[in-house]
Amino acid sequence: MTELRHRGTTDNDLQHQQSDDKGSENEGKAEKDGASDSETKPDTGLPEVPVTADDTPEVLNKALSGLSSRWKNWWVRGILTLAMIIFFFIIIYLGPMVLMMIVLCVQIKCFQEIIHIGYSVYHSYHLPWFRTLSWYFLLCVNYFFYGETVTDYFSNLVQREEPLRILSKYHRLISFTLYLTGFCMFVLSLVKKHYRLQFYMFGWTHVTLLIVVTQSHLIIHNLFEGMIWFIVPISCVICNDIMAYMFGFFFGRTPLIKLSPKKTWEGFIGGFFSTVVFGILLSYVMSGYSFFVCPVEFNSDHNSFEVDCEPSDLFQLQDYALPAALQSLTGWPTVRLYPFQIHSIALSAFASIMGPFGGFFASGFKRAFKIKDFANTIPGHGGIMDRFDCQYLMATFVNVYIASFIRGPNPAKVIQQLLALRLDQQLHIFNSLKTHLTERGLLEEAA
Amino acid sequence: MTELRKRGGGGDTDLVSETISDKETDVEDRLGLPGEPGVEADGDSESKADTPEVPPSTADNTPQFLNKAVEGLNPRWKNWWIRGVLSLAMISGFFMMIYLGPVMLILVVMSIQIKCFQEIIDIGYRVYHSYELPWFRTLSWYFLICVNYFFYGETLAEYFGALVQREEPLQFLVRYHRFISFALYLAGFCMFVLSLVKKHYRLQFYMFAWTHVTLLIVVTQSHLVIQNLFEGMIWFLVPVSIVICNDIMAYLFGFFFGRTPLIKLSPKKTWEGFIGGFFGTLVFGFILAYLLAQFQYFVCPVEYNSETNRFTAECEPSDIFVMHEYTLPFAVQNIIQWKTVNLYPYQIHSVALSTFGSLIGPFGGFFASGFKRAFKIKDFADTIPGHGGIMDRFDCQYLMATFTHVYIASFIRGPNPSKVLQQLLVLQPEQQLSIFNTLRERLRDRGMLPPAATEAI
Repeated sequence: MTELRHRGTTDNDLQHQQSDDKGSENEGKAEKDGASDSETKPDTGLPEVPVTADDTPEVLNKALSGLSSRWKNWWVRGILTLAMIIFFFIIIYLGPMVLMMIVLCVQIKCFQEIIHIGYSVYHSYHLPWFRTLSWYFLLCVNYFFYGETVTDYFSNLVQREEPLRILSKYHRLISFTLYLTGFCMFVLSLVKKHYRLQFYMFGWTHVTLLIVVTQSHLIIHNLFEGMIWFIVPISCVICNDIMAYMFGFFFGRTPLIKLSPKKTWEGFIGGFFSTVVFGILLSYVMSGYSFFVCPVEFNSDHNSFEVDCEPSDLFQLQDYALPAALQSLTGWPTVRLYPFQIHSIALSAFASIMGPFGGFFASGFKRAFKIKDFANTIPGHGGIMDRFDCQYLMATFVNVYIASFIRGPNPAKVIQQLLALRLDQQLHIFNSLKTHLTERGLLEEAA
Repeated sequence: MTELRKRGGGGDTDLVSETISDKETDVEDRLGLPGEPGVEADGDSESKADTPEVPPSTADNTPQFLNKAVEGLNPRWKNWWIRGVLSLAMISGFFMMIYLGPVMLILVVMSIQIKCFQEIIDIGYRVYHSYELPWFRTLSWYFLICVNYFFYGETLAEYFGALVQREEPLQFLVRYHRFISFALYLAGFCMFVLSLVKKHYRLQFYMFAWTHVTLLIVVTQSHLVIQNLFEGMIWFLVPVSIVICNDIMAYLFGFFFGRTPLIKLSPKKTWEGFIGGFFGTLVFGFILAYLLAQFQYFVCPVEYNSETNRFTAECEPSDIFVMHEYTLPFAVQNIIQWKTVNLYPYQIHSVALSTFGSLIGPFGGFFASGFKRAFKIKDFADTIPGHGGIMDRFDCQYLMATFTHVYIASFIRGPNPSKVLQQLLVLQPEQQLSIFNTLRERLRDRGMLPPAATEAI
């Protein structure tokens, strides 16, 4: 979302920025800083990604042809933003299955964009096997992660089908073997002249996998917890972006960080407060529907996903007594809230404060490799990765938050593990559990 | 262990010829691919402004007394002797640590991990002249501490369950462990972003990635080594010994019978060495497993006794460490005249471990060789005279540790009972009750509990 702020201004500013970049390059050349700057010299060999590579669709161009070029850019971005938000609503409506597919597609596209950058930075198109190997590693890691998820959530289905049962029992071994094959292929593909390049690309692929794939997997975990755990965090990040932009546009004065010169403290703080408010309102609206708050389950009879349950305590309205200060202010003794709304404050706070760091990281990355955008997939916005750079930290945070504060272990999984133990171990656990439950008063003392 | 084969053969002349061939590859790198514009790809331009070649073994940190002892000998044999003496010293050190017990082993694994991490990061620094980068040393070590904290916290919670339940602050740390680890990592991430300096963006991102890949390789796998160790010291000793033995056997077979080169990447390795090493390791693993499986000290899971505050390895050995009789297939019966043979089932598992160690282990060595050639270094460091750095010794071990861990998880071990109990106690009371009832039914069916009539619930 960083480009939103960089470019929602006049073309003059755009040119200023480009000359800023060139200025930094000149500075780099002037200094006798030794090897660190020897890298900036070869970079002039890299073609600058031309800003004007315009793949806005014809229809938009015609509709906007009358307007001045300043507003044209603004309108293109605005329309695309609206289109993306509507698309978001549609896929929510279509349900969890479609959401999972979309997450998978976004992940693949992000991976492709980053690998593509690596290729163009290192002129690595001639490396033997490497495209194949990168995609192969992507498949392996996805297989590993989705296998673990599927076993957890689809346990009924898996137990029934024999081949699935074997795949799930030896899942780790199979994944490891697949990965090893890729590793051996890499070693065998090392070519004398290109060792360093090949190791760079290997490292690049793995770091990309680490970032993109593990976090999209965490998004799916959050989704299974309940669609609200997917929708609210994403919406908070999007809202923070838009709000910070608006506040920055109207009130922006003090720059925030050297890395992204267009960001301002006013935008940052304004975005923070409005995102918190937005989060509270959104959670209020969503907590009322079981479609959003229930864990996604796979119904093996109908072979489809369903969200049907008794909403947990978190999504039941409760009365909270306001602290005395607020009471005198608003005249209400208590307020009815969903507990989830209080959690949403934590989520919004994280999105507003830490989310931008993901954006700064991506900005730094783009400046380091002298690229304007990750790709040109979305007209006016750049690549998919540009849109999702702040989301990734958010997904990890939500997952850790749920694991720490909300959810306990999954009972079905615990039973499964329990029944897999040896009988004497089961007996031992049975006795411990009996003592524990008796102490808690849930069991009567045995006669 | 890659240097062992490269240099044990011809002494100094081989060293010189190797540096020459390295320089050749240097020249080829600069020429680049024919017809490619902008051949000053970043990776190659760095080779020009690169670190000076690590000077070959003239930087001699062999202790004085060793030097004196071997000074009379031919320089060819001198190198051989130094390496031999150091190998023996390392193996004796290994035995001593085994004797000292699990705690010592864990500490040693941790020290090795820290040293390997330091060696690899040092190489990265030298390659990128990164010493002037602000904050980066601190950040790399900080990330190392974070990831270690995360992993050791997960292990401790499982194995020290009793101790953790007793102490209140530990309980708090365990319950919110993931959150705390994540917060620590995030702090490091933010520090990194704030430390980005305009002129050094690319370098800083490179070092960030370098640190993370190193952490991924070194720390996760040393953690797996520790988990294998807790399973029983034999699961740590046998794989490590297999890799060491495979190295030595392949070297010996290659030395005496070596003829056909194995792979362009390591020109001194031969097919004869490879195959000989495979069979030699199989036999060695088989015998070693037989020897170790008899002692409780080795086969029992390591447990922490909270009363005596020490680690103990005492138990009823599980099935795989109990002698079984196996009927030999007819073909073998005719040959050796035995109908049955007494084996530990573990010896059969050791065949799988040896096979992996001999066939795939060397790929870890090739990877490290390729890495060293890519960055034009002879050794990871100079820690061990004659052998190089710690990483040089351990490059084949890492894949082995992961394989052993996956093997145990798939074929040997079920879930960990204390972990299951822990998870149970965290559930909601209604869930606990329902699980209790299910379990009770199950145990009654299996006859472990008296039937329902005698219990009044």
